[in-house]
Amino acid sequence: MILIYSDNKNNSLELLGKGRKLADQVKNRVLAVIIGNAGEPEAKELIAFGADTVVIAETDMEHFKAEEYADILQSIINEYNCETVMIGSNKNGKELAPRLAARMETGCVTDCINVSLEGEKLTVERIVFSGAAISRQQFASDIQILTIPPKAFYPPPKDEARTGEVIKKSYQPNSYASKVLRVQEMKSGDVNVEDAEIIVSCGRGLKKKEDIRLLEELAETLRGNTIGCSRPIAADLKWLSEDHWIGLSGHKVKPKLYIACGISGQIQHIAGMRDSAIIVAINRDSEAPIFKSADYGIVGDLYTVVPALTKAIKEEMSS
Amino acid sequence: MNIIVCAKLAADVSEITIDPATGKPVLQGVPKIISDIDKSAVEEAIRIREKCGGKVTTVTIGPPEAKEKIKPLLAMGADEAVLISKPEKEDYSIVAKLLSEAIKKVGNYDIILCGEASIDLFSGQVGPQIAGYLNIPQVTYAQVIIAEEKKVIVERNLSDKVVVIESTFPVLISVTKEINKPRLPNLMQIMQSAKKPIHEWSIESLGIGELSPKVEVVGIDGVPTERKNIILEGEVEETATELAETLAKEGIF
Ligand SMILES: Cc1cc2nc3c(=O)[nH]c(=O)nc-3n(C[C@H](O)[C@H](O)[C@H](O)COP(=O)(O)OP(=O)(O)OC[C@H]3O[C@@H](n4cnc5c(N)ncnc54)[C@H](O)[C@@H]3O)c2cc1C
Ligand SMILES: Nc1ncnc2c1ncn2[C@@H]1O[C@H](COP(=O)(O)O)[C@@H](O)[C@H]1O
Repeated sequence: MILIYSDNKNNSLELLGKGRKLADQVKNRVLAVIIGNAGEPEAKELIAFGADTVVIAETDMEHFKAEEYADILQSIINEYNCETVMIGSNKNGKELAPRLAARMETGCVTDCINVSLEGEKLTVERIVFSGAAISRQQFASDIQILTIPPKAFYPPPKDEARTGEVIKKSYQPNSYASKVLRVQEMKSGDVNVEDAEIIVSCGRGLKKKEDIRLLEELAETLRGNTIGCSRPIAADLKWLSEDHWIGLSGHKVKPKLYIACGISGQIQHIAGMRDSAIIVAINRDSEAPIFKSADYGIVGDLYTVVPALTKAIKEEMSS
Repeated sequence: MNIIVCAKLAADVSEITIDPATGKPVLQGVPKIISDIDKSAVEEAIRIREKCGGKVTTVTIGPPEAKEKIKPLLAMGADEAVLISKPEKEDYSIVAKLLSEAIKKVGNYDIILCGEASIDLFSGQVGPQIAGYLNIPQVTYAQVIIAEEKKVIVERNLSDKVVVIESTFPVLISVTKEINKPRLPNLMQIMQSAKKPIHEWSIESLGIGELSPKVEVVGIDGVPTERKNIILEGEVEETATELAETLAKEGIF
């Protein structure tokens, strides 16, 4: 069986997309896991999107904890003889998968952007060296655990007529000497850079927080409204919340248009936006590496170039 | 309080160049450095020791030459270092297994610190795998650690929320780069660190049999980076207009 698990609904569907294809190739079955107290309709939906069996693992745990979740998944993997385990790659999934792998003494690869069968061997690809290369890796273990980032695969078409089995079962994982005290939502401006079609992004070239206004005007003109940023703007200066942060340790984006203003283009930033369809760079240093990763570049001071571009786009739109 | 920090000797990604003929990265001759985030882990360990007392030991897998790269961690304030010889073949599970055996050999550990991910592979696997092999609690993506005598309170940063976790010892914690700014040792500290021990342990001395990789790298490919690289030149108004027209033609609006 191929087991898929994610605590994120969209990501679950994307995992089903890939999982179903792999299963069909080798006439295997797909088992989707929901941990927590989900109902029949949620399970039925996963079946409509390609699962053969859905296990609802009921627990009395209030919050995610990798230790207990790994125990639960280990029980399910053993019970249903799962060989391939695909886990959604958010921060929880990324700490769950390797813990599970060590507990089961099996192989694990995180953040797989490609998964295929080469002969008998499950082969995956992941980005390494801060985005400078793609590493192709093959499993040599009987059980293979992988995590899959959001948007790596398409959800399969929904088929309401599909049937499958729903199993509800309660699990009592071991208890561990750690506990969740509280969960605090972080303030965010409802931004979702990962789904944005147009992103105007800023870096250290910006002199003060208020100047983000210039970029917002450009973004609004483009009817994009989405502002992104490099790591220092969110992590060090905290001018924008972390949901704007793009790059290796931030969000990965694929907009139609990405405009980088005052961003030098270090490899860790490029790793988050290189899949954009069109990249525009505005930087006053003609030697800045961002220009090597851009389709169009303007060498100049963003404080004059950005307003001029906003004006030019308004004129272009009304002409 | 006994704190063990896993500090990786990683490829310095800023020194990797791309071979224009093949589009593949040139990996030969790329210098190795202690992974960025692991320096933050060492800094955090020192701060915990400054508050609670105890000892900080770093553990690294690497060739004998790695000794030079570990010394700055001792100069920062770590008390001792362990260097485990490099296995012939390695994957995430072998690295985690070796580190967890070395941690057992150091013994008496309360807190094990790792980086959230290493700068070259960025897999984030090794920390949770060590916790799995040792079967102890784990807390990843720590942005704040408050250590007390018998327990630790940690803030996990999940981007959209912060989860506050409490654990007794032993516990493995992986830290983010934002948790602190690693200190730069002064000349005095650098000189004093020359006396601090670096223990070199062979794989045999850890008492584990042959380890076979569970995952093998079968190829390293370049990343396609075809971009137009058109630099628009002229007065600001002209270039802005040209860009606006171009974007219109590209169907952006
Ligand atoms: C493990 C690790 C993970 C990381 N993850 C990320 C990540 O996810 N995302 C990320 O972004 N970074 C990340 N970084 C950091 C990254 O290496 C760079 O330090 C960072 O991207 C630099 O941000 P910047 O381009 O805004 O600043 P800088 O590098 O300081 O560049 C500022 C640029 O602005 C230009 N400029 C200045 N004034 C003006 C002006 N008036 N008009 C026009 N241009 C101007 C300058 O010429 C310069 O090119 C990571 C680093 C590490 C080690
Ligand atoms: N070879 C190694 N030696 C010591 N520590 C390591 C090694 N590899 C990984 N680590 C630790 O595990 C963390 C995560 O690494 P990675 O799984 O490669 O992203 C690093 O930040 C280190 O703390």
